[in-house]
Amino acid sequence: MSALAPYLFLIVPLVKIALLVFIVLTLDAYLTWLERKVIAHIQARWGPYRVGPHGLLQPLADGIKFILKEDPLPEGVDKKAYFFAPFLTLMLALTSLAVIPFGPDITILGYKTNFGIADVNISLLALFAITALSVYGIALAGWSSNSKYSLLGGLRSSAQMISYELSLTLSVVGVLLMAGTLSLKEIVEMQNNGNLGFFGWNIIGISKDGFGFTQIIGCICFFISAVAETNRVPFDLPEAESELVAGFHTEYASMKFAMFFIGEYTAMIAVSSLSTILFFGGWLSPFPASWTITHYLPSVILVPFGLWVFFDGIRYETIFGRIVLPGIGTVLTVVGAALFLFPAVNELIQGPFWFFIKVFAALFFYIWMRATLPRFRYDQLMEFGWKFLLPVSIANVVLTSAVLLWRMHG
Amino acid sequence: MSAVLVIFFILAGLAVFGAVALIVQSHPIHSALSLILVMLCLAGLYLLMGAEFVAAVQIIVYGGAVMVLFVFVIMLLNAGEEERTNFSKLASFAGVPLALALAGLIAAAIARSTVHMPAATTGELTSTRELSKLLFSQFVYPFELTSFLILVAILGAIVLAQRERH
Amino acid sequence: MVPTSYYLILSAVLFGLGVLAFVFKRNIITIFMAIELMLNAVNLAFVAFSQALHKSDGEVFVLFVIVVAAAEAAVGLGIIILTARNRRSLNVERVDLLKL
Repeated sequence: MSALAPYLFLIVPLVKIALLVFIVLTLDAYLTWLERKVIAHIQARWGPYRVGPHGLLQPLADGIKFILKEDPLPEGVDKKAYFFAPFLTLMLALTSLAVIPFGPDITILGYKTNFGIADVNISLLALFAITALSVYGIALAGWSSNSKYSLLGGLRSSAQMISYELSLTLSVVGVLLMAGTLSLKEIVEMQNNGNLGFFGWNIIGISKDGFGFTQIIGCICFFISAVAETNRVPFDLPEAESELVAGFHTEYASMKFAMFFIGEYTAMIAVSSLSTILFFGGWLSPFPASWTITHYLPSVILVPFGLWVFFDGIRYETIFGRIVLPGIGTVLTVVGAALFLFPAVNELIQGPFWFFIKVFAALFFYIWMRATLPRFRYDQLMEFGWKFLLPVSIANVVLTSAVLLWRMHG
Repeated sequence: MSAVLVIFFILAGLAVFGAVALIVQSHPIHSALSLILVMLCLAGLYLLMGAEFVAAVQIIVYGGAVMVLFVFVIMLLNAGEEERTNFSKLASFAGVPLALALAGLIAAAIARSTVHMPAATTGELTSTRELSKLLFSQFVYPFELTSFLILVAILGAIVLAQRERH
Repeated sequence: MVPTSYYLILSAVLFGLGVLAFVFKRNIITIFMAIELMLNAVNLAFVAFSQALHKSDGEVFVLFVIVVAAAEAAVGLGIIILTARNRRSLNVERVDLLKL
């Protein structure tokens, strides 16, 4: 251990990057499963249920299919841009996760490190810079495919993403005014309000001295713009299948298509994490700090869920399911029990636990919206962005600064 | 050679490569991509110098808005390969030596005059807070003027892009 | 430590390449991009000087240059779209009549 000490500054980030990429890619895969399952149940269908118990192995089957599919090269494509576009989309989506803090600083075996890859003091700006570039992936894919549907999709997306980036950026300014910093970590710490719990989060916004101003307008504007930035329903005009076949990725197949897909889901995770950090207190617990009993919540959730999976699995229709599901249930129960028995580990995962719960809720909201809302028409989309969302987010900036000014002088 | 110097040479080399590619490529989209490369490298150089806020603004505004607009217009007009006319040959004969002479002249002047300049600081970050204080106190009038400029530009763009209604 | 003169020389080289692109290219959009390249080169010099002199004024100027460039791009591209619509060509040499 001591021999490695001089190189720890290099080893620790590399390990963190490898871990994060692994976790995020797995999460992406199961997000597709969750999305299909949730939408299916909302529409009173079964969803995937053939591959593995409850369709749990469906992402794996999809992955194998993506790798084995033929990858035809359409005629007349611009090869450089055609190959570069999916890489760019995936790369930028993964890079954007680098500046997100998933929890408070931790100390493992005497080595203090931040819970996240990079702790930059302008992390919010860095994140916006990375998302600003992500439009190129889609625009280039649309242009280089030499297909009119792709071109239309690319054109739509570049106009849409520029328009909604304005309200996305402006809706955050209220939070920045209240926090007085561009660092995501400090924005979360600012929302820590000791005994008030979730009243300290920016969505309610009661600060330590009892002064409160809510950022709920900013939050709503941010979430709507974020949905448009990630090209999800109801703003998925770049890939509107009823008019443009598949929009910008019409001509893509196999792994290159999968890259767009993973990129989109990773962008969803990044944006959900960002809204969690900015408006919902990041890794903070919604309960007052004095309620230490709530620290056992991870165990309280994991153990019954594990037991339920175990007993549900024993009666499953297929033999395979009868082996796999109880196995997962046992693992979950054991993890929950271990957290209960080792308070030190339990304290360590408090932050990430709440962060994950909140991000999961945001992702569920995304899926819920997809199952509920119809797609906008293009002129409605532009009008909504420029004539409603942008003025409202500017009004939020003015309102917040006025209240803060009044607070300072009044 | 220190690590900072190595990073500088990599970024500078990429920037020059991008600028040359801008000239050599014949399709406007490829030229635009080369220019984006130059801008990203410059953002990296700003970071290297410790001007973090300028680096972020460079990427957000130049990379994320201005160049997207360029790409958007190229796609909208469906611009093809550049056509060569007689005059452009003359430009290539006279332009290359003249531009190289200009660059050489400036570089020579800089190399001669800045020998006594202190080295650019690295790693020492200009705080964003300090920059914004400067922007809203000493430079507040130019700042307000630029907002008028943007307003005028928006109006101008709308008037220009609007089709005439008959 | 990178000497300031390195940044300035890079800035000069990029500016020269921008001028070269400006005279060499025939496509209006690419010519416009050459102007952006020159502005970028100047920005680099601004930041290098501001760091060398330990003053933030240079960086404020860079912000102004970026804003002006954005405004210029909005109007300029509007003009380009109009020109392309009227002349059906993006070649600058086809745009040599005051009236169609």
